[in-house]
Amino acid sequence: MTDTLTPVLTDNWDAKRAWTLASYEERGGYAALDKAFAMAPDDVINAVKESGLRGRGGAGFPTGMKWGFIPQDNPKPKYLVVNADESEPGTCKDTPLMLASPHTLVEGVILSSYAIRANTAFIYVRGEIIHVIRRLQRAVQEAYLAGHLGTNIHGSGYDLDLIVHAGAGAYICGEETALLEGLEGRRGQPRLRPPFPAVAGLYASPTVINNVESIASVPSIINHGAAWFAGMGTEKSNGYGIFSLSGHVTRPGQYEAPLGITLRELIDLAGGMREGHELKFWTPGGSSTPLLTPEHLDVPLDFESVGAAGSMLGTRALQLFDETTCVVRAVLRWTEFYKHESCGKCTPCREGTWWLTQTLAKLEKGQGSESDLDLLLDQCDNILGRSFCALGDGATSPISSSIQHFRDEYLAHLTHGGCPFDPAASTAFPSSTSAPVGATA
Amino acid sequence: MSEPTTGLDEKTWTELREIAARYPQARSGLLPMLHLVQSVEGRITPEGIEACAEVLGISAAEVNGVATFYTMYKRKPVGDYHVGVCTNTLCAVMGGDLIFERLKDHLDVGNDETTEDGKITLEHVECNAACDYAPVMMVNWEFMDNQTPESAVRVVDDLRAGKEVHSTRGPRLGTWREAERVLAGFPDDRADEGPAAGAPSLVGLKIARENGWTAGTDTSDQDATPTKGDDQ
Repeated sequence: MTDTLTPVLTDNWDAKRAWTLASYEERGGYAALDKAFAMAPDDVINAVKESGLRGRGGAGFPTGMKWGFIPQDNPKPKYLVVNADESEPGTCKDTPLMLASPHTLVEGVILSSYAIRANTAFIYVRGEIIHVIRRLQRAVQEAYLAGHLGTNIHGSGYDLDLIVHAGAGAYICGEETALLEGLEGRRGQPRLRPPFPAVAGLYASPTVINNVESIASVPSIINHGAAWFAGMGTEKSNGYGIFSLSGHVTRPGQYEAPLGITLRELIDLAGGMREGHELKFWTPGGSSTPLLTPEHLDVPLDFESVGAAGSMLGTRALQLFDETTCVVRAVLRWTEFYKHESCGKCTPCREGTWWLTQTLAKLEKGQGSESDLDLLLDQCDNILGRSFCALGDGATSPISSSIQHFRDEYLAHLTHGGCPFDPAASTAFPSSTSAPVGATA
Repeated sequence: MSEPTTGLDEKTWTELREIAARYPQARSGLLPMLHLVQSVEGRITPEGIEACAEVLGISAAEVNGVATFYTMYKRKPVGDYHVGVCTNTLCAVMGGDLIFERLKDHLDVGNDETTEDGKITLEHVECNAACDYAPVMMVNWEFMDNQTPESAVRVVDDLRAGKEVHSTRGPRLGTWREAERVLAGFPDDRADEGPAAGAPSLVGLKIARENGWTAGTDTSDQDATPTKGDDQ
C-alpha cells in the first residue's frame, strides 16, 4: 500500500541549505553515479524503461524508450538537453525543484548522459527565474570541483561537460525543437519532424530532450530500483510526480504523490477550497489542457484517466478557480497569452490566435451574438491539428472546453451587456474596488 | 579575430568571445551574448548587435532577427529595476490585474514604460512559474511572491528611495544590468542568499512528515526492516 504523499524529489527541500553540495551529499546525493558506472549504459536505459517513467513535461512519452531511439552507431556526438523552460501557465514544479535542490537535477543529468553516451549536456532554463539560474550555476561549479562532472568522473573513464544556458523569454522554446533553435542561437521556431531530435537534434546530432522532473527522477530509480518506482502509481502511469495546486485553494503549493491521486484528495490535503467558496473549473495540467469541472474531482490524475475524461494530464499544473471567477475572462486572458507567444511560423496559429482573441474579446464585452460561439469553435477547428506545433492546438483547448462546460456563461455576457462578475471578489486579498478587466496588452 | 569596430570596451569584447567559446558551436552563445550586451549597454544597441555579429561571423540582420524574437531583450533603455507583474490568467484573477493597474497609476507610466527618474520600468509579464505564490511580481526576474497592490507600491517606493529590498525567495535586489550579467553566465556569488524554498513549496512535504508518509525508499537499504520474507 503506497502512502498518500510520497516525497522523493521534494524530500530534501526542507533541509538546511538544501541547494548546496554538502547538504545533498549528506543525504546520499551522487551515490547513484558509482552504481550506474558499474552498469553498462544500455542497462541504465533498461532500468529507466522498466521503471515505466514517462515524460514529466506534459506529453508523457516513455523516457527510456526515447533514450533507446538514439542511434549509437551514428558517429556524431550525442547530446542531452534538459528542458527547464518552464512556462506553461500554471506550471510551477521545476522551478522550486531547481531552486531547492539543483543537485538532484545535475545528478540526473550525469546518469542520463552516461546512459545515452553523451559527453556534453545542457540545461536550457528560462531566463526569467534568475535565482534558479544562480543555484544551477553554483551546483554545476560545485559538481565539477567535486569530480562529479568533467573528465574521468569518479575514475570511471566517463567524461561529461554540463552547460547552463539561460533563455530570453519565449514560451515556444518549451517546444523541444524550438528550444534547440534557441540553443543554437536562432529564433525559437519549431522544426519539422521527422527527423526527430533523437536522430538529428542539436547541431543535427542525436539528441535527447527531457523535462527537468523526468531527469531529476532518474537518480531515485537507480538508487531504489525500477520495481520500486513502478510499484507506485497506476497500471500505465508509474511512479510519483509533483502536483502543483494554485488558485482559490486554502493551501496552494507542491504535493508529491503517486500518479493516480485525485483532485478531491489533493484539495482535502490542501485544506479545501478557500473558505465559503466552491470549485468551479480547473486545469489538470496547464492552460493547454482542456478545462475540467467539479464532476471530474474523482478522476485519477494519471495519463489514461485524464485523457478519458477529455483532457490531458499535462504538467499536473492544477489551477483551481472558484465560483467568483468569470470563465470567459479567464479564457480570454489565456488566449491573449497564446497570441502573444505564437512564434509566427505557421498561418493557422499566427493568424488564428489573433482571430480568436478578437472574437472572444467582443463576447467578453457583451457584444456580438450567440453565433459568435459557433464562429469561435469554427476558428478552433481551423487551428487544432492544422498548426505546425502544439502551441496552436493548446490555444484552442480552453476555448472549446469552456464553451462545452459553460456555454450559458458566455450567453450571460450577451444578455448582461458585459461581464456579470465582480473581479474584486476573486482576488487573494480583500478588495472592493473594481478595476478594468479587459485586455492588458 | 578581427579588430573591434564598435564602441564596446575591450573587456566586453573579451567576454563576448568567452561566451561563444563555451559551446561546441559558437553561435549557441548568442542568447547569453545578447544578455551581456544588455548588462553593458542597458538595452540591445546597434553597437551590441554588430559586436555579436562580428564575434560569431554572422550578419547583423541575423543577430537582429534573434534579438527581436525574445521578449527579455529590450530596444528601449530599461530602468534600474524592471518590475514585471504577472497578468496571466491565474495571477490576474488572484489580483495581478489590480496590482498592475495600481502600479501604472502610482508610477504614472504605461505598460513597458520607464519612470522619469529612470528607476523603474513597468511591464506586465506572462506566467513566471510561481502560481502557488499568486499574485506574483518579478523585480529584475527575482520573485516577489504573494503581492497586494499595497505591498507592490511599497516595493517600488523603496527601490526608488534607494532602500535595500530583498526578494521573497532570493537575494537582495541588485540592478537590472547586474541581473543581465548573471543571465550571460557570469555568476554574482549570490546563490547562497534566500531560502531553499518558500512555504507553498514545502506544504505537501510538511503534511507527509506529519503523517509519516514516505515513498518507501528505505526498503532498498540493506539494513532496513524487511517488509516480507521468511525472517518476519
